Amino acid sequence: MILLIGSIQLGLLYGIMALGIYITFRILNLPDLTVDGSFTLGMAITAVLTVNGHPYLALLAAILWGAAAGLVTGFLQTKVGIHPILAGILVMTGLYSVNLFIMGGKSNISLMGSDTIFIHIQKLFAITLDLSKTLLGILVCTVSFLILSVLFKTRLGLSIRATGDNEDMVRSSSINADFSKCVGLAIGNGCVSLSGGLISQYQMFSDVSSGTGMVVIGLASVIIGETIFGRRSVTIGFLSAAIGSILYRIIIAQALSIDLFPAYGLKLVSAVIVGIALSIPAIKTAYDQAKVRKGGK
Amino acid sequence: METMLELQNISKTFFPGTPNEKRALNNVNLSLKSGDFVTIIGSNGAGKSTLFNAIAGTFYLDAGQIILDGKNIARMPDYKRAFDIGRIHQDPMKGTAPSMTIEENLALAYGRKAKKSFFALNKTDVSYFKEILSSLELGLEKRLKTKVGHLSGGQRQAVSLLMSTIASPKLLLLDEHTAALDPQTAQKILTITTEIVTKSKITALMITHDIKAALTLGNRTIMMDEGEIILDISGDERMNMTPEELLTYYSKKRHKKLMNDRMLFSLEKDS
Repeated sequence: MILLIGSIQLGLLYGIMALGIYITFRILNLPDLTVDGSFTLGMAITAVLTVNGHPYLALLAAILWGAAAGLVTGFLQTKVGIHPILAGILVMTGLYSVNLFIMGGKSNISLMGSDTIFIHIQKLFAITLDLSKTLLGILVCTVSFLILSVLFKTRLGLSIRATGDNEDMVRSSSINADFSKCVGLAIGNGCVSLSGGLISQYQMFSDVSSGTGMVVIGLASVIIGETIFGRRSVTIGFLSAAIGSILYRIIIAQALSIDLFPAYGLKLVSAVIVGIALSIPAIKTAYDQAKVRKGGK
Repeated sequence: METMLELQNISKTFFPGTPNEKRALNNVNLSLKSGDFVTIIGSNGAGKSTLFNAIAGTFYLDAGQIILDGKNIARMPDYKRAFDIGRIHQDPMKGTAPSMTIEENLALAYGRKAKKSFFALNKTDVSYFKEILSSLELGLEKRLKTKVGHLSGGQRQAVSLLMSTIASPKLLLLDEHTAALDPQTAQKILTITTEIVTKSKITALMITHDIKAALTLGNRTIMMDEGEIILDISGDERMNMTPEELLTYYSKKRHKKLMNDRMLFSLEKDS
């Protein structure tokens, strides 16, 4: 039970990252590798500001800085014309140093003894820390989900969606596709960075290398969600990404608890999940072809 | 009648200074009156699509001005020009976003002229979309929530047509927009096109390989070759012109034959 609640808490907090990745990968149709850097960016900023006594302001700063990182990637892709994957790698690489700068040159910061939002709420309502973590997880994830769902129904949201679908059509509808791409990347990375910030407050430390592989983990969540809900409207897409993230954490926690693989095997498992999930369409086609061939004989 | 579009000495050379140098537009001058419906013919590589790309802003010109309704748009980026210019491509996939619904596609295109609203879809706009969709008589007004990717090529092209005219553009560019469709659907789309263009009095340019259609549709025909306009007819002269005369004119003027498979097909089909 404790294991399950822990997975749900983590799943909710990482779910915000999954929302961000859903925006860049599925809606904008861009492989955005900035995520690995902007996740740690959120962690670093939050850790430093929380240690200095501003746990809420820390999360706001994380969103803004994450969005700024997304804007830089967007700028490199649109105005400078760098290939989307390379633009993401450049920003991610640069962010590694930026994150170390923010953390004062140290590769990790402990939040032990500082007031995180979880501890703050625990004290405020006199509830257990565990309940505070669950409630805040549900609250922040739901609010993010609602804001994004509404946002993507506005004209701006519609143009971001269309940009990922058919950029030419967006331009010929007199919409600046470069702008909508940048806004999409900013929102996506803002979500990722917020998720990083929450995780650092949740686990009480920030480490400069914890962003590695976050793209794959986020994508795994999105894909797990899609296998259950299918690919339908954007609102359902956001919902499925968040739920996918919770399921991913539950699956991983179960696998770890029965010693299916050691904890350091986590990223390999995530990569394999994503690899298999993405190859399903190709496998299906090959299978159908094979059936046709057999039937023909 | 006032002038709607004026092209002044526009030129464009691709790959300048290389062995592949191509003079795609060579000092083209063209003046369109408001409400003109001009058909454009010419062999492959004559510069017809390049002319459209120049007007729509796919690239910037080497020289010359493009005046649309009194405003010089030659240095404007393409998406700003699109505020007043509608364009439909030959490929039905180009004009619509496949994973978005019909109403979302229309809302996006309508965004140019629609009243500001927080949500992209609102009741007034959607009922307007229903109204214009029903004018197509394709039953699409009942399928507003269908993803455009599920529609056939002809249906998608019809939706593209609505999208490019929904915001009453000053100029409509039709780039062989029926060429990828079967003859029946092509005819239907062409009829709808003429209806919309004449009803809303949009100034339009249409590229076609169907010489007969070029001479019957609209009020003026121009012929292009090697980046130049080599013939510009309207009125009686155009009325009396036969497709055969047009082809003879071309071979006399250029000492080569204006003919490709599609033109040949369009002539044989009718005779």
